[in-house]
Amino acid sequence: MRYSFTNEQQQLRDTVQNFLSEVSTTSAIRAEMDSERGFDAQVWNRLHNELGIGGIHVSSVYGGAGLSFVELAIVLEEMGRALFCSPYLSSCVFATSAIERLGTDEQKGKYLPELVTGRKIGTVAQYENSGIFEPDRINAAVEDGKLTTTKTLVTDAGVADTLLILAKNGQDGPPAFFIVDLNDSNVQCRSLETVDWTRKLSEVTFNKTPVKLLGETNPSSDALSYLFNVGIAALANEMVGGASRLLDTAIEYSKNRVQFGRSISSLQAIKHKCADLLLEVEFAKSAAYRAAHAITDQDPEMSQYCSLAKAVANDAYLKAGQECIQIHGGIGFTWENDTHLWFKRAKSSEVFLGNTAYHRERYLAEMGH
Amino acid sequence: MASWDADQIREEISSWLEANWNPNASLIEWRKKLAASGWGMPSWPTGWFGMNMPQEYLPTVAEEFAKRGVVGLARTGIRILAAETILAHGNDVQKARFIEKILTGEEIWCQLFSEPGSGSDLAGATTRADFDGNSWVINGQKVWTTSAHHAHYGLLLARTDWDLPKHEGLSYFIVDMQQEGVDVHQLKQMNGHASFNQVFFTDAVIPTENQIGKNGQGWQIAMTTLMHERRNASGGLFMGASQKAGFEGSIYAEEQAEDAISMEPYKWYPQRAGRVDLTEPRAKQTGKINDPIVRQELAKLLMMSRCAEWTASRARAAQEQGQPQGPEGSLGKLAGSNIARQASIVHTLISEADAMLSGNDGAMDGLIAEILISVPAISIAGGTDEIQKNIISERVLGMEKEPRMDRGPFRDVRRN
Repeated sequence: MRYSFTNEQQQLRDTVQNFLSEVSTTSAIRAEMDSERGFDAQVWNRLHNELGIGGIHVSSVYGGAGLSFVELAIVLEEMGRALFCSPYLSSCVFATSAIERLGTDEQKGKYLPELVTGRKIGTVAQYENSGIFEPDRINAAVEDGKLTTTKTLVTDAGVADTLLILAKNGQDGPPAFFIVDLNDSNVQCRSLETVDWTRKLSEVTFNKTPVKLLGETNPSSDALSYLFNVGIAALANEMVGGASRLLDTAIEYSKNRVQFGRSISSLQAIKHKCADLLLEVEFAKSAAYRAAHAITDQDPEMSQYCSLAKAVANDAYLKAGQECIQIHGGIGFTWENDTHLWFKRAKSSEVFLGNTAYHRERYLAEMGH
Repeated sequence: MASWDADQIREEISSWLEANWNPNASLIEWRKKLAASGWGMPSWPTGWFGMNMPQEYLPTVAEEFAKRGVVGLARTGIRILAAETILAHGNDVQKARFIEKILTGEEIWCQLFSEPGSGSDLAGATTRADFDGNSWVINGQKVWTTSAHHAHYGLLLARTDWDLPKHEGLSYFIVDMQQEGVDVHQLKQMNGHASFNQVFFTDAVIPTENQIGKNGQGWQIAMTTLMHERRNASGGLFMGASQKAGFEGSIYAEEQAEDAISMEPYKWYPQRAGRVDLTEPRAKQTGKINDPIVRQELAKLLMMSRCAEWTASRARAAQEQGQPQGPEGSLGKLAGSNIARQASIVHTLISEADAMLSGNDGAMDGLIAEILISVPAISIAGGTDEIQKNIISERVLGMEKEPRMDRGPFRDVRRN
C-alpha cells in the first residue's frame, strides 16, 4: 500500500493544476454557473485534446490513457479545488465506468471512444423522486424493452447525449443499467433549480421509451456496488480538493485582514479554528486517497473504504465552508465574495450519493457489524 | 568501521554475543559489559557507549538482539532523556560520572521542568538557583515529576538571572534528589492514580560541577530534552520490556522487577487514549451494536482512528522519500485527543446509566470508568492541545504569532 504519490503522479497534478488555474478562474466559474449548459465547450475540448485526461482510467483499447483510479482521483481533487465547471464527473467518471465495467464489447466500442474524447457526453440516472438511489431499492422497471418512469437529480442531463439508467429488468427482476441515446428518443428533460449552480441537475421523464440493457446479462451485485464505490470515491476526492481550497482561502484572508491593529491570523480564536480544520481536511485526504487505492487494487474491502472516505469528506468540506465564511466575517456572506461558490458545492456534495449517517451505517455493515 | 554493511553488522554482533551474552549474569554486570562494547547504543559516539553507527542500521541490531532474547540497556522513562541531554551538552567529567549508571539502570532520574506557575509557558519558571560563592542554592517548587520518589538525580531548569528576558535567565542543573532540602510529595490525580510528584526545594545544594552548560543556556538545553521526549513518545518511551517469551535465565526476572517500578506510572496511559480497541467488542457483547445512535458514533470513532493511522503513514512515507514534512506530520497529538474524546462518548453510550459506576461495580471491573475519568488528561499531557494548535497554525500554516506581553527583564513580567 502506497502512502505517497509517484513523481509521475505529482507531475500530472501539476499539469492539471496549471491548466485549471488558467481556465477555472472565479470569473469563469461565475459565467458558467449562470449559463444553461454549465460549461465552456472550448475549454472542454482543450481538456481532451491538450491534457488527454477524458479517459484517464479507461483502457487504451477504447482510447483511454489506461491509468488507474489513483490518477483519476488526482484529476478530480484538482477539479474540486478549482471548482471546475464541466460534465467531467458525469461523463468521464460515472458513464464511462459503468459502460466499461458492464457493457458488451460492441457497446464499449460504440460509446467509450466518443466519451473519452469529449465528442459526446454521458451521464447516469439513479435517483427516484422518493429519494431512493440504491440498486436494491429502486422501483423503476423496464418491461418489454421500454421504460416509463421519472428519474431526478441527474447530473448534466441537459447536455448529455447518452444516458445510463438504473432500473429493474422487469417488474420483479434484478436491478440493471439501461442505455439510451437522448438525441433520438422521446425523453423529457427539465432543469432543476439547485443550491449549487455549478452542478446542473435535471429531472428526466421516460414515457414508454425504448432502452437497451447495458451488457449481455443483468449485472452482478458486486459490479453494482463497485460502480457505487467508484461514484462515491470520485466524489470524495473531488470534495477534499474543495475543502483544501477553502482552508487555503481562509488562512490567506486571515493573514491580510487587520482588526484591532493586528492581523486576525495572530488571534488564537482564528488560529485554533484553522488548526482544527487542517486536521479534518488532512484526515479526509488520507481517506480519499485510501479509497482510490482500494478501487485500483480491487480491494475486497473497498466498500468500507469508499464509504469511510465519503462520510469524512462530507463533514470536512462542510466544516471548511462554514469556517471559511466565519473567518471572512460579513464579507463572507456576500454574493460578491467567492466563498459561497465552494460552500454550496460542499452542501450539495454532502447529500449526494449518501449523507454522512448513511455512509457511517454502510461502513459498519460492510465491516460485518 | 569505515563503511557500514548490514550483513557484516550481523556477523559482528553474532560473534560478540556468542562470547559475552549470558542470560544468567546479573543485570548490572551484563549492562556494564554491553554499554562498554558500544552495541547497547550503537548510534552514539565511539568512546561514549556507541560506535557512530548510522540510524538506518539500528533495526538490524535490534533484530539480532530480539532473536536471542538479549536484554538491552536501561532506556525506559526519563532516564534516557537524561542520558541524551548529558551526552549532547555535558562535559566529559559529567558524561563519565552519570551516563554509565543511567544505562545500567543503577541510577533513576526525573525531570524537573514544569512548575505550578508555569505549565504551557515553561520558560516562565521561577524556581531559583542562587550562587553562594561555593555552590548553587535551590529554592522553589516543581510539579508533574514522574518517578521523583524513586529518583537519585533530577534534570533541573532554574532561574539564575532575573534581570534578563525570561528565556535568557534560565540555567540547567543536575540535582541530587536524595539530599535534605528536597521534599517529594505524590500528587493524586482525579482518576485516583498518583503517577506524578510535587517536588519542593528548600535551600537544596548543587555543586558547581553539576551545572550543564553555562548560565543562561538552560532553555536551549531543555529543548534538547524535550525533543528527545517527543521523539520517544512515538518510539516506545512507554513500552515495557522487549518480548522475551520463550527465553530462560535469571536476568529476565531482574529486568521485570526494574520495569515494574519504572513503568508503574504509565499503566493507565492506554485508558487516557480512550481504548478504541474495546468499543466494538463491547458494543457487540452488550447488544448496543443494534442501537442506531451507538452505530453512528462508533462508526465515526473507527473512521477517525483509521484516518489517523493513514495520515501518520502519509507523513512517514513523505519522510522516507526525503520530502519536507507536510502538514500531516504535526497532527498526531491533536488527533489522539479527538479520538480519545470520541471513544469516551462511545463507551458512555454503551454503558448508559451504568457509566455512574466504577471499581468492582463498574463495567469491566472499573476499566471503563477509568477510561471516562482519564481521557481529560490526554489533551493536556506533554503540551496542551491549545499550544499544539498555536504551533501548527504558526509553523505549518504560516499564521502570525501573537503580540508578546512577556518581553524585557523577567523581574517585571506579570506572573502567577
